[in-house]
Amino acid sequence: MIFTDVMVIGGGPAGMNAALTAAESGAQVLLVDKFQKLGGQLVKQTHKFFGWADRGAGTRGFNLAKQLAAQVNAHPNIKTLLGYEVIGGYPDQTYLAASWEDHVKISAKKAVICTGAAERMILFENNDLPGVMGAGAVQTLMNEYGVLPGESFLIVGSGNVGVILAYQLLQAGAHVDAVIDVLPKLGGAYWVHAAKVQRLGVPLLLRRTVLGVYGTEHVEEAVTAEVGENMEPVAGTEMHHKVDVVALAVGLMPLTDLFQMLQVRTEYIPELGGFVPWHDELGHTTNPNVYVAGDAGGIEEATTASLGGSIAGLVAAKELGFPVDENRIQEYLRALSSFRESSLSKKVLEGIERMRGDSNA
Amino acid sequence: MLNVDGVPTLDDVMRNFPSEERLIKGFVAVHECYQDIPCNPCVESCPVHAISMEKLTTPPVIDFNKCTGCGNCVASCPGLAIFLLSLKNGSAQVTIPYEMMDVPEKGEKVDGLDRYGRKVCEADVARVVKLPSLDKTSRTTLVTLEIPRELLPVVRSFRRR
Ligand SMILES: Cc1cc2nc3c(=O)[nH]c(=O)nc-3n(C[C@H](O)[C@H](O)[C@H](O)COP(=O)(O)OP(=O)(O)OC[C@H]3O[C@@H](n4cnc5c(N)ncnc54)[C@H](O)[C@@H]3O)c2cc1C
Ligand code: SF4
Ligand code: SF4
Repeated sequence: MIFTDVMVIGGGPAGMNAALTAAESGAQVLLVDKFQKLGGQLVKQTHKFFGWADRGAGTRGFNLAKQLAAQVNAHPNIKTLLGYEVIGGYPDQTYLAASWEDHVKISAKKAVICTGAAERMILFENNDLPGVMGAGAVQTLMNEYGVLPGESFLIVGSGNVGVILAYQLLQAGAHVDAVIDVLPKLGGAYWVHAAKVQRLGVPLLLRRTVLGVYGTEHVEEAVTAEVGENMEPVAGTEMHHKVDVVALAVGLMPLTDLFQMLQVRTEYIPELGGFVPWHDELGHTTNPNVYVAGDAGGIEEATTASLGGSIAGLVAAKELGFPVDENRIQEYLRALSSFRESSLSKKVLEGIERMRGDSNA
Repeated sequence: MLNVDGVPTLDDVMRNFPSEERLIKGFVAVHECYQDIPCNPCVESCPVHAISMEKLTTPPVIDFNKCTGCGNCVASCPGLAIFLLSLKNGSAQVTIPYEMMDVPEKGEKVDGLDRYGRKVCEADVARVVKLPSLDKTSRTTLVTLEIPRELLPVVRSFRRR
């Protein structure tokens, strides 16, 4: 059994920042991640990040991960447990983490859960044919393992994830046939990201969906069609795309299994990506020993995940009795709200309001 | 159109375009960043403080008269949304940030592309430099093309032959 003050589950930007602020406050921290490497989603991102220059914007994602990981590894109060997935949490504040070979039991006074999100799938004919994959899988293969999983790609979904994937594929020398979206306009990608892909000649096809993929052993062709007002495909608008990979970038949803196991109440908030653990601005959930930060509490982005992590780490340490400078918490909260002043955060803010409102009902 | 596909129209671009007088003096930065995204590396990267922003979520404003055309902001912008333009010595040049592997060489002939990747002219590669981005952990290649003068507001990309 490993004993610790604070266990942070997930080593993405939220988790690494939570571990750092809790440790700086004097708490003993155990940071667990199921991958062998710290960084979460950042590791796969070769593009320069948006946000505040002093919170890492303008830095490429994987370099951000490296910088944070170096701070984590240098901190004497932080132990890391990599390659272990936390698969169980029990009412007596013990947890079970398993690797491919063995498992360990962990007793933690407080847990900060920063497990991020999972990718969504959509239905179409033969969507189990090899060659249909999540955008995240393509990124992991390409940017972490150096393997390009195909030659010609169709990307479904024009949010930041789909558009950035298109760009990274071009950088890797692949052909990107098109980025499609059922919406009549860009599906949430920043305009500048969408513009930089289109100027390299990748068409953005709006109001279009995938009907199916075809091939004998793997994808050889994808068929798409325009959708009408009722979102039904319009006959006669079919396009045949000669591609060997169809990458789905149709959204993320928070991973909530652990919260459910820990008796944390979850709410269905579509603006935040689906079921999310109820939480307040400090990261408290409905279980007094469980905190949340980052995409696990609602899909947003890296700067807000980092700030949320910093806050939850401080709050967990404070509630264990460690001396914490209240001003620091307030500063992070102020940074979070000025970041969310963008009209692009409107949806997230509405979701947060609804989630918090629901609890008062 | 910006609110459909994120690509600015020529009208959007011309609304905030350096004067001919300024362009004749040499390179000046122009941005095509119109959305209220929370982002500011351009502001932080400018050594002469020519770029300002009301707050993090408002688009940047470039003071064309302060700008020296150094290119730091071009290399630091995560949206690749800043370009340098010049009409000095009677030649129209555009500097484009380029993150693909097949970097062209000086003197090479390439196809000049518009904002949708459509060929609009032939262009000569006048200069290729690598500048550090804001955090100094990586460098971004900037490619300068010589293009027909009337296409100065149009060419924002290129393809190698
Ligand atoms: C293609 C793409 C481009 C993006 N571009 C940008 C951008 O330009 N700017 C920006 O700000 N944001 C961007 N983002 C979003 C940003 O990467 C995420 O919002 C951010 O990484 C969320 O941080 P997190 O710490 O909450 O989760 P993650 O980074 O997802 O980390 C979660 C970690 O938890 C671990 N984990 C999960 N479950 C368990 C478990 N049970 N036990 C142990 N470990 C577990 C995972 O292995 C992972 O390491 C992008 C995302 C994608 C996919
Ligand atoms: S080109 Fe140089 S001087 Fe001009 S705005 Fe950009 S960083 Fe500032
Ligand atoms: S760095 Fe680029 S994307 Fe960010 S605000 Fe400046 S111009 Fe816009």
